[in-house]
Amino acid sequence: MTALAEGRVSAPARRRRRPFRWGPVGRFVGLAVIIVMFLGPIVWMVLASFKLNVQIYDSSQAIIFEPTLENYGTVFDPRRGNYLVYIWNSFFIAFMATGLSLVLAVPAAYAMSRFLMNKSATTVLLARIIPGVSLLVPWYYIFAQLRMTGSFLPLILSHMFVSLPLILYIMMSFFDQMPEELEESAQVDGLTPIQAFFRITLPLSISGIATATILSFIFSWNNFMFALVLAGPSTKTLPVAIFDFIGYASIDWGALMAASVVVTTPIMLIALFTQRYIVSGLTAGATKG
Amino acid sequence: MTAVQNRTPRPAAQLPPRERLSRWANKNRKWLFAGPSMAFVALLLVIPLAWTLVLSLTDSKRSVRRPFDFIGLENYVEALTDTERFWPSVGRTLAFTGGALFFELILGMIIALLLWKPFRGQGLVRTIVLLPLVATPVAVGMMWRLLFEPNIGFVNEFLSWFGIPAQPWLADPNTSLATLTFVDIWQWTPMVALILLAGLTGLSEEPQEAARMDGANAWQRFWYVTVPLMRPVIIAAVLLRGIDALKTFDILYATKGKGGGAFHDVETLNVYAYGLSFDYNEYGLASAVLILFFLMILAIIWVIQMQRKATS
Repeated sequence: MTALAEGRVSAPARRRRRPFRWGPVGRFVGLAVIIVMFLGPIVWMVLASFKLNVQIYDSSQAIIFEPTLENYGTVFDPRRGNYLVYIWNSFFIAFMATGLSLVLAVPAAYAMSRFLMNKSATTVLLARIIPGVSLLVPWYYIFAQLRMTGSFLPLILSHMFVSLPLILYIMMSFFDQMPEELEESAQVDGLTPIQAFFRITLPLSISGIATATILSFIFSWNNFMFALVLAGPSTKTLPVAIFDFIGYASIDWGALMAASVVVTTPIMLIALFTQRYIVSGLTAGATKG
Repeated sequence: MTAVQNRTPRPAAQLPPRERLSRWANKNRKWLFAGPSMAFVALLLVIPLAWTLVLSLTDSKRSVRRPFDFIGLENYVEALTDTERFWPSVGRTLAFTGGALFFELILGMIIALLLWKPFRGQGLVRTIVLLPLVATPVAVGMMWRLLFEPNIGFVNEFLSWFGIPAQPWLADPNTSLATLTFVDIWQWTPMVALILLAGLTGLSEEPQEAARMDGANAWQRFWYVTVPLMRPVIIAAVLLRGIDALKTFDILYATKGKGGGAFHDVETLNVYAYGLSFDYNEYGLASAVLILFFLMILAIIWVIQMQRKATS
């Protein structure tokens, strides 16, 4: 396909000896614009996080300036609240929500894919459609009655509410594409269907599970609204901690940018190393038609 | 599946308990596997949703523990006749979603086409495109808040190079919703692009070749060959992105705060319902707004699904 595409583009040009072609130039300009548009703001945020507020206000120090770590000092200053704890909270909640969702959703996705349980699947996918706010008041009430507000459990459960349908959705489209022959031949060899699932299907699904895990972790890490309502002072997650940065008097831009860098860096690093999985997860199901 | 059902020579009662359990588990594996997930969703979705439905018929406010009275459809009437907050929120929700989707589709398609054919550095560009969509939305909101700051933000600085006067962006109720639509476009165009790119990669070359033989130029090949073939993928992207755009909360609330700003200028239905629930504790009215919002989302999905059915 590659060779065909290349040959197609260059062959007529060579034949006709056109002096100048706009195609490659347009493509180059387009790609340059994409890079600047998407990377520029992030670079700007990172630069601002290393600037004193005086430097942020001074446009002559936009690119060249003397970097300072003071903003990161402010972010991690214990008097402002404990950011190390918030990082741990975000990680712990994302980890638990993803892990528990995997345990529940992977077998469910398998059953729904193999037994064509379309109605059940639709019911679970309703969770992706419904506005989260409409569940938060009842959740809050139930958790308050059970005296669980301020603990991790409400947060983990609410994040699972996002993770579980996501994992189910990704794994269903993964199992849909997986041939059944292997499982069937395993059963002919004497394995029960459940054994065949655990010993044959599951080990073959590692890439699908990796995709689902990474996306679930990212969505949980980035979640803002559920933690905003359900988190107590000691279970606060990073997005809520950033939100708390504003709200008082004037904005400390440098520290706010440093806090934003702290929350986005781990997730971007994960994305850099796992981008293939992320892309396949985000596009799962969309290309089936 | 059939292989197992066939090998049941002995009656179940004579088997050892372990074997019996295994046989029972295998027979009922469909619900054993799917049951826990469905129970979880039922507990966290169906019961709370029923509760919200009940609350929407009551005068519950101030505290969830306060006893409430049933007032019939009064909350719905109040919401549907409210031209101060409810209907403008509906308008903002649709404007935000429509604007975001429109540009995300066009720009996403352009990016997908640019990344379609392999070139040197393709991996790098793909990675960069991926960054906005994994970034934490609250942090993205804060980042653009600084960039759009009327006095010190880079956007106005950039415009001043071309002699364009400084704009108020998020500070002005007339421009804040459009500005935040732009932020949404920045963050989610990559997602649309990646979905469309996956679709393009799956297309076969033959229709393109045939059109080329017939003398179609690049634009004609795109519009009359690629787009019709991509229709299911485009609809899927609209569906996925549209649902999320309708429910956008993070960047709106993180940049403009309670009530979508002092003039409610970015108050979409989701922000409005959140405010009613947690900033003003009007649970009855909030529930009615949420039920109406949910019905609206379902209606929109239904329309898109009809479109999808019509294609296939």
